[in-house]
Amino acid sequence: MRVWKFGNDIDTDAIIPGRFLTIYDPAELAKHAFEGTRDEFAREVREGDVVVAGSNFGCGSSREHAPLALLGAGIRVVVAESFARIFYRNAVNTGLLPLVCAGAGEIRDGDTVTVDLGGGFIEVNGKRLAVEPVPGFLKSIVDAGGLVAYAKDLDEVETCSTR
Amino acid sequence: MAATIAEKIFSQTCGRAVRAGDVVMAPVDAAMIHDITGPLAVRVFREMGGEQVFDPERIIMLFDHQVPADSIPAAENHVFMRRFAEEQGIHNYDLNEGVCHQVVMEKGRAAPGEIIVGTDSHTCTYGAAGAFATGIGSTDMGFVLKFGALYFRVPESIRIEVDGTFGRRVGAKDLILSLAGDIGADGATYKALEFSGGAMRAMNMAGRMTCANMAIEMGAKAGIVPPDATTWDYVAARREVEPFDLAGDPGAKYAETRRYDVTDLAPQVAVPHNVDNVVDVGRVAGTKVDQVFIGSCTNGRYEDLAEAAEVLGTADAFADGVRVIVIPASRTEYLKALRAGLIERFVEAGALVEAPCCGPCMGGAFGLLAPGEVSLSTSNRNFRGRQGSAQASVYLASPATAAASALYGEITDPREV
Repeated sequence: MRVWKFGNDIDTDAIIPGRFLTIYDPAELAKHAFEGTRDEFAREVREGDVVVAGSNFGCGSSREHAPLALLGAGIRVVVAESFARIFYRNAVNTGLLPLVCAGAGEIRDGDTVTVDLGGGFIEVNGKRLAVEPVPGFLKSIVDAGGLVAYAKDLDEVETCSTR
Repeated sequence: MAATIAEKIFSQTCGRAVRAGDVVMAPVDAAMIHDITGPLAVRVFREMGGEQVFDPERIIMLFDHQVPADSIPAAENHVFMRRFAEEQGIHNYDLNEGVCHQVVMEKGRAAPGEIIVGTDSHTCTYGAAGAFATGIGSTDMGFVLKFGALYFRVPESIRIEVDGTFGRRVGAKDLILSLAGDIGADGATYKALEFSGGAMRAMNMAGRMTCANMAIEMGAKAGIVPPDATTWDYVAARREVEPFDLAGDPGAKYAETRRYDVTDLAPQVAVPHNVDNVVDVGRVAGTKVDQVFIGSCTNGRYEDLAEAAEVLGTADAFADGVRVIVIPASRTEYLKALRAGLIERFVEAGALVEAPCCGPCMGGAFGLLAPGEVSLSTSNRNFRGRQGSAQASVYLASPATAAASALYGEITDPREV
């Protein structure tokens, strides 16, 4: 899958600018993903492509439109050296898989990447790079395919329970 | 066992010792939703099978990002949310009161020791009231609307000790910008900032809100000011509350402690296109500006407007060719400024004074920038494209620096006006 490589501190205003926040449909949002900062993304992105970035990906606003825009564009996995907290959680909740990869800096735009979640690595240009597993309490949400699916059959939660 | 404020808040809420790193399903004391991220939260709540929200009295609803509606989709969002509020018995402040974070604070909806979530990253503002407050996404909020609780990983804390006395026309915004520059845009990711020291104790609520508001710009999950007499007076004027001690223990385990002295701090400016790209105002003085925005949840309070008006002084007018947009953060702050004559001064000098809302900081409603234009703003983000064109530039500064820059049409040190 093709890599779309970004730098450090990619903010949610870059992923989806504020003027598109009345849109909630992922496919419509995808038409404006990275508009103004990387216009070719929305035109050329293909189903299954992977976004790879440096540190602090998704910083800024809590807008869930950001992971939704990427999902609408066919992105299922984002690999970064690190993520901003709210984006990371939003990604997990909406079914976009955020993978922390210390070696993300080695990956170049246009590289081909395959993801082996079971093995805990991604493979780029024949080289394996380790990725960190999603923390335990979020793993069940990832496994369910997002927080909606996870919560659908829950009638109540046990407050102050620990995971 | 010694604990940080964040650990104490989760421990008190759950009635047992909770420490950094623990993951708990914590009940929330309040949840805030607005016109941009609220509709998605409501849809998710329904998709999760939600019928009745956990407690309508703990939900705070209002509209501030696109008010009055700037488009038909925005108007439709407002109608959608009004219907939900009516159906669920939620009090909706609608578009009448102002910017969400200011409204939550001034209506007494945040108090020391509470856990508050909001579908807005600047929810951390309520740390100024001694609450543990954090921004969440709409799907997490859908879960909160249904269950009244959410999984939290209790964060480690960074202790920020601030001492000294601010110089003339230097204040809270300069402090928090300098912290962002020092700590970096992700230097506090997953952590809580715990503010302390003499300069914090001497700071009024408006300044504390400015500081807590921008904790997220360092990636922090929360920014908490230990409640003292200033906090309790503010909260007690708005709701019934019984003061109690809430401070970080001397032996508590902090990720790190950072010490600052504001005595010699110069006015600070965050230059394009990152909030942690911070310099002394002198480094960028003389940069021509097309628009100056004084407002937002960061700096739209009466104290901020008064700071700007003091710099404006008796000058007849702002510089030719500069659009000056002033937006009080709430109806209450607007009235205070109006009655004090500040609004009249701004209008006389040529400013556009708008009704309380997020304004240009929303980057979609109005006050947008064309390619090549430069804005100096008292808001909290200068990301590429944040206030319109991705080819525009946004500088962030204090109300005093904004007013000085509006007077001269270029970035200006307010101490030299």
